[in-house]
Amino acid sequence: MLTLMRIAWTNLSRDRVAQAMTFLLPIIFFSIFALVFGGQRDVATAGIRVALVDEDQSELSRRLVDGLKKESGLRVRTAGGDDATGPALDRAAAERLVKNGDVPVAVVIPRGLGDAFGQSGFGGGPAIVLLADPSDPIAPNMVGGLMQKVTMTAAPDLMMQGGMRQFETHAGALTPQQRAAVDQWIPQLKPGATPGAAGAAPMGVTVQVVDVMRSGNQRGSLVSFYAAGTGVMFLLFSMVGAAGFVLLEEAESGTLERLLCTRIGMSGILFGKWAFLVAVGFAQLTVMFLWGSVAFGLPLFSHLGGFAVMTLATSAAAAALALVLATIARSRAQLSGFSTILILTMSALGGSMFPRFLMSETMQQIGLVTFNAWALDGYLKVFWRNAPVWQLWPQVAVLSGLAVVFLTGARILARKWEAV
Amino acid sequence: MSVLTVSNATKSFGKVTALAGASFDLEAGELLALLGPNGAGKTTLIRAITGRVRLDGGEIRLFGDVISGGQTPSELGVVPQDVALYPLMTARENLQAFGRLQGLSGKGLAEHVDWALEHTGLTDRDAEPIGRFSGGMRRRLNIACGIVHRPRIVLLDEPTVGVDPQSRDRIYDALAGLRATGVSLLLTTHHLEEAEARCSRTIIIDHGKVIAAGTLPELVDRTVGRHRLVTLRLDAPFDAAPLTRDSAIEIDAADPRVGRARLKDVGLELPPLLERLHRAGRLVEDIDVRGPSLQAVFIHLTGRELRE
Repeated sequence: MLTLMRIAWTNLSRDRVAQAMTFLLPIIFFSIFALVFGGQRDVATAGIRVALVDEDQSELSRRLVDGLKKESGLRVRTAGGDDATGPALDRAAAERLVKNGDVPVAVVIPRGLGDAFGQSGFGGGPAIVLLADPSDPIAPNMVGGLMQKVTMTAAPDLMMQGGMRQFETHAGALTPQQRAAVDQWIPQLKPGATPGAAGAAPMGVTVQVVDVMRSGNQRGSLVSFYAAGTGVMFLLFSMVGAAGFVLLEEAESGTLERLLCTRIGMSGILFGKWAFLVAVGFAQLTVMFLWGSVAFGLPLFSHLGGFAVMTLATSAAAAALALVLATIARSRAQLSGFSTILILTMSALGGSMFPRFLMSETMQQIGLVTFNAWALDGYLKVFWRNAPVWQLWPQVAVLSGLAVVFLTGARILARKWEAV
Repeated sequence: MSVLTVSNATKSFGKVTALAGASFDLEAGELLALLGPNGAGKTTLIRAITGRVRLDGGEIRLFGDVISGGQTPSELGVVPQDVALYPLMTARENLQAFGRLQGLSGKGLAEHVDWALEHTGLTDRDAEPIGRFSGGMRRRLNIACGIVHRPRIVLLDEPTVGVDPQSRDRIYDALAGLRATGVSLLLTTHHLEEAEARCSRTIIIDHGKVIAAGTLPELVDRTVGRHRLVTLRLDAPFDAAPLTRDSAIEIDAADPRVGRARLKDVGLELPPLLERLHRAGRLVEDIDVRGPSLQAVFIHLTGRELRE
């Protein structure tokens, strides 16, 4: 038994890939998960981006705006320009910001809120509207809660005035009828009381959350988020596997040497392999999204243009990445080992395993160095934000640029197989 | 006329010298064997001719033109030592693929593929995936893929390694057919008897240098000489015979009934030897007379067996 252990230990101590898979990969994943989920408090303190529209322009609304701006958990934007300059936001502009993914939630203080609050106090008047992108389930809830807090802390005198008026309205001279009215009102103040039709909070303002993203097939749109995340990660795995097959196995079997003795040359070989991998990747993602369409109602056919553009760009970059990894590796086993570490790390950072909005700002920025983040952002634009094809240009440009960089790297590294 | 000339080729990989001034010619229409122990520089030399190795010094000329590294001339056909084929494809599909990569297309491609299949005896198996092929058939297809574009010179690196004698014969028959069409062939092999029997000339390379070149008789004359090795098997050990003192006979250490003698003129020297044995009362059970072999030449030149 000791002999067997010694043999196994010798093999492990000489196999760097196995060592990395055994010791390095768990540490990388632990670190990423710790940074993402262990840093939730940091996410809050980093500030949720919020667009704020003051349609009311009352004393109450001004105090609410000031109060929200002072909240450290929020990064409030009231103007249209990216640098917080320009004209004040209106409801339509704020909705566009949410739909474009610039902010996850917009707060609209409706006209008449101040007057109604002064007249009827708690929960009266029009509801404050939260225009929300539900792909980020945290932001609307957090902003809604902070709205209530700000209402309580930013306008205590106004609340008291409203409360007295409510007392006079509901209690009056405490006639039997008034007593009955008070008895009917009091239970509404109790914790857990059923709110009004618009989701009113009994002791604060009424907040209405409006989903601005999903007017059509809600379930299908959400499925696209997971289809893209899973699809891109497995695309990378299959591309690396295929690259190992078409390049490293050919090198090991001698067919690459034979190909190099023909007219095609190394550049032609690499381009041919890349084109094949792109076609395979395109087919793989298409099959996956088709399955999503058939089984889960993913709205593929209404987004064919954007899907085709993103899938082509994603497959091109993934195929090029796989080729550069294959040219770095000395064997298929080595390729399998270090590509697994790289792909899982990129997928974790890039949003394939959990949404990037769960991460801190820093982690989200780091995620942008990964291939996955750009691909997922593109698919989200297509299926979630219903963006026209031309709006995909940043993602397509980055993915195309990555494809060029990876292919260039693969070509340089492939010189090891050329004439020596 | 030389179709291929290698002049003073040198190549080092780090501190390892693979070629140290190798020179030889390949004549038009000949089948030239390149022999050498492992690590002698054979494969480096073949790869240099195909343009896959850039020489540090010297030059290689193909039909008078200097070969520059990086590009394999289309006049060359290369048959690698590995069976470098696509196993899930049929024989015809493999040939079509390599033919296209050599610039063939359309009717010309089909004709070349048919020719290569016929030349290697694979026409009736052309539609089968090569996973079902025997080792010998794969070797022949390996050759077919190297000649599908009908090159004027074919380089073959160990084309018969790992195949049975019958398959070897078929491979050499195919090479003979090629040679008959005017193609020049250069092959490396570990089978000395093949080089001896099938090749018109032999080159022996060791430590990156060509140490001998010529036909078998030329090599024999220059090295071991033209003695014949006569092996005698008696009914009793040589020890018991008066011939024991005959210094011309070496007694086999493992079997004392077996003795060997090197005779310059068998016709003149063998009868008196047999007469002496007869007079000593010994019965000669077996006689074997052999001319000098390439193996003897090889050992004489390199000091070791080819497979060392």
